[in-house]
Amino acid sequence: MSGNSIRDTFFEECEELLEALVEGLSQMEQAPDDMEVVNAVFRSVHSIKGGAGAFALDRLVSFAHSFETVMDKVRDRDLAVDEKLMSLFHRAGDHLSDLVESARDETHLDDEAESGLIGELDSYLGDEAAAEEFSFDAVTLDFDGPAIELPSEDDSSAMRVFDIRFEPSRALYENGHEPLLILDALADLGELTVEADISRIPEFDAFDPADAFLSWHMRLASSEPETTLHEVFEFVEGLCDLDISVTTGPEEGPLTAPLDPEPSTGTEEPIAEIEAAEPQDEDPPYEGPPRERRKEPRGPKPTLRVDLDRVDRLINTVGELIINQAMISQRIEELDLPTVAHLTNELEAYKLLARDIQEGVMAIRAQPVKPLFQRMSRIVREASDATGKKAKMVTVGDSTEVDKTVIERLADPLTHMVRNAVDHGLEKPDGRDSAGKDPVGTIRLSASHRSGSVLIEISDDGAGLNRERILAKAIEKGLVPPDVELSDPEIDNLLFLPGFSTAGEVSALSGRGVGMDVVKNAVHALGGRVSITSTPGKGTTFAIVLPLTLAVMDGFVISVADQTMVIPISSILETIRPNPRDIHVVGTDSQVVSVRGSYVPIVDVADNLGLSRHDDTAGAGILLLVSTELQGLTALRVTAIHDQRQVVIKSLESNYAAIRGVSAATILGDGKIALILDPEELINLAHASGNDPFAQHSRMELRHG
Amino acid sequence: MTTKVLAIDDSRTIRNLLRVSLEGAGFEFHSACDGQEGVDIFPDVDPDVVITDINMPKMDGFGVIDSLRGGPNRTNVPILVLTTESSDELKSRARNAGATGWIVKPFDDASLVSVLRRLTGHVS
Repeated sequence: MSGNSIRDTFFEECEELLEALVEGLSQMEQAPDDMEVVNAVFRSVHSIKGGAGAFALDRLVSFAHSFETVMDKVRDRDLAVDEKLMSLFHRAGDHLSDLVESARDETHLDDEAESGLIGELDSYLGDEAAAEEFSFDAVTLDFDGPAIELPSEDDSSAMRVFDIRFEPSRALYENGHEPLLILDALADLGELTVEADISRIPEFDAFDPADAFLSWHMRLASSEPETTLHEVFEFVEGLCDLDISVTTGPEEGPLTAPLDPEPSTGTEEPIAEIEAAEPQDEDPPYEGPPRERRKEPRGPKPTLRVDLDRVDRLINTVGELIINQAMISQRIEELDLPTVAHLTNELEAYKLLARDIQEGVMAIRAQPVKPLFQRMSRIVREASDATGKKAKMVTVGDSTEVDKTVIERLADPLTHMVRNAVDHGLEKPDGRDSAGKDPVGTIRLSASHRSGSVLIEISDDGAGLNRERILAKAIEKGLVPPDVELSDPEIDNLLFLPGFSTAGEVSALSGRGVGMDVVKNAVHALGGRVSITSTPGKGTTFAIVLPLTLAVMDGFVISVADQTMVIPISSILETIRPNPRDIHVVGTDSQVVSVRGSYVPIVDVADNLGLSRHDDTAGAGILLLVSTELQGLTALRVTAIHDQRQVVIKSLESNYAAIRGVSAATILGDGKIALILDPEELINLAHASGNDPFAQHSRMELRHG
Repeated sequence: MTTKVLAIDDSRTIRNLLRVSLEGAGFEFHSACDGQEGVDIFPDVDPDVVITDINMPKMDGFGVIDSLRGGPNRTNVPILVLTTESSDELKSRARNAGATGWIVKPFDDASLVSVLRRLTGHVS
């Protein structure tokens, strides 16, 4: 293991420790007297400090030290935790996280906040602060170089004879010391003559093998400084009678004074050598995992660290395997064998195995959303501080596992939404009071698995959306016609319109809408959907539905004109084989379909993709009902649905070029490439291209007419 | 004969650092993530020297020393305490509990190895 990978492991461990810290702090809030929790928090900070010291990350060590010292007082019950201290701990935790990040990325971190925090932390320590600070200095000096004076030239060159009397006590043996090794160590320093005193050895009957009877008188001729002798006896001080004096050589008093309690080991090493011994600079042969396996038989959970690239290559290969399996199935079908019963059984087993492997491989990339959620508690804290509101965060289902990439790309949108939830969702404490609510608002983050997708919800228990205001604003911005009539969900969805809100107006607004179009786009890019529900006085919930993985999806294999394509099942609400009676023509060549009494505009997929039609699908075909944020319910017309299957997603952008209305491509069982449609984009395309008669108002007229 | 070290520390980073220095110096390295695990695997590993952290979950370093030094299975194996604190108080507390010596974190490889050599007679 090279120095760098140890460093990497350190930062990985820091992430885990910081997570444990955040969790511990939130537990402390619930149960400030639970010393187990306080201990765990202390250990997290302490371990970060310990590791940081090894990499000479002094600033991190110093801050962790202040933090840890206050936490230690809480641990010793010298300090009671109140709201103010708790808030300080949270902020210190946040700052520790920033420090770790800046140390890892080697970026500069503004230290104004830091000195403020250290000041606040130290204010809890009183007089101890100074003493503690001193002890910390000693630690760093140990590492950076000699803490005590190096011997002068004279000392190191002069040969002296030391007279040493050494009489171990029983405790010396009991503490695991071996006098012989001490004598060996002395012999390494120069010429040693040893005389053992065996006079105290009792008669055989009185002999206790655990007791100490021997003592030694030694003469050591050495050019080593005295401190080196001290070092040899460092650990046995107090466990023996020791008397060291210089008999010849430079004038020096007898060393009967107590040994220096803290000679740093190895301080005589030249500085250069110490630096060379730093782990970053060396790369000793690392013995591989087989030996390692036995060494860590327990611990939280045995894990294996794997390069992400390897996992992705494996996922890719498994994708190919699935395609291959589909091809074999198809080929066998085409053979039209007379007795294929057991062959198809085997084939079915193969299919299941392939799917198992694939799910297994996907699970490697899956990670719990917990760290992501935990990061949000900081956002809640910061946003509530900035807005003067009081908020707490509650998480549900944070062990839910989601693809690593999804988690990474979800961080920004989630931050946005959580910040919005506090900023725009929650009322001010007095407002909550008068509404009969707890003055502390609740931001609830939940994650759960729903039939092949992940549902993430961000809720607040605030006042709910102010729809009048949202509509007024949308009209003012010209996003909808002034005379528009919209249902409540339609008004809510206006928030997702690009241009609904700009950053400059954030604070002046009581409604939501800060960059919600950005949020929507990010979720879309992950193949997900986002929706809003809001109840006046009760709060607002944003729900994000995401695919479990970005590598495969369940889709309908459809045909559009002559082309075979795939459409994600998750986006389809309903499929309809329409009765010609239900289809109405509007304007010149636009159509709507009547679905349970309301009119839904039809978008023809072939037309929109610019495919020429050889079959006659006008008025026929299958309609797929999809719901989009912008256009509401829309029916996509395709020629036929052939099959429902899992398809492996291949990026079109990286292999060809982005095509509007198409999200990716896949390889079907017959080896042909099929495009995967993006329903929402297709519908937007229809509206943008102008051949869509159902501008918002006409649709509304139809609906309300 | 190789010298066996059992390192007990809840920090992966510290365990890694110890492993690299000690395997590099020719020790056989074993580790445990907390005091309880360390005490549990002690008989199997049968180390020549134990290095233990103080602040650990489940069982702290003093618990480790008590377990190894007390009771019917008492052992005289050298126990080094790994500590970030260099206070005399902690050292004398460790010594009174039965620790053989201490290493102050952050440690450098050379001094770590030299201390271990002094306690075990290990030759590289």
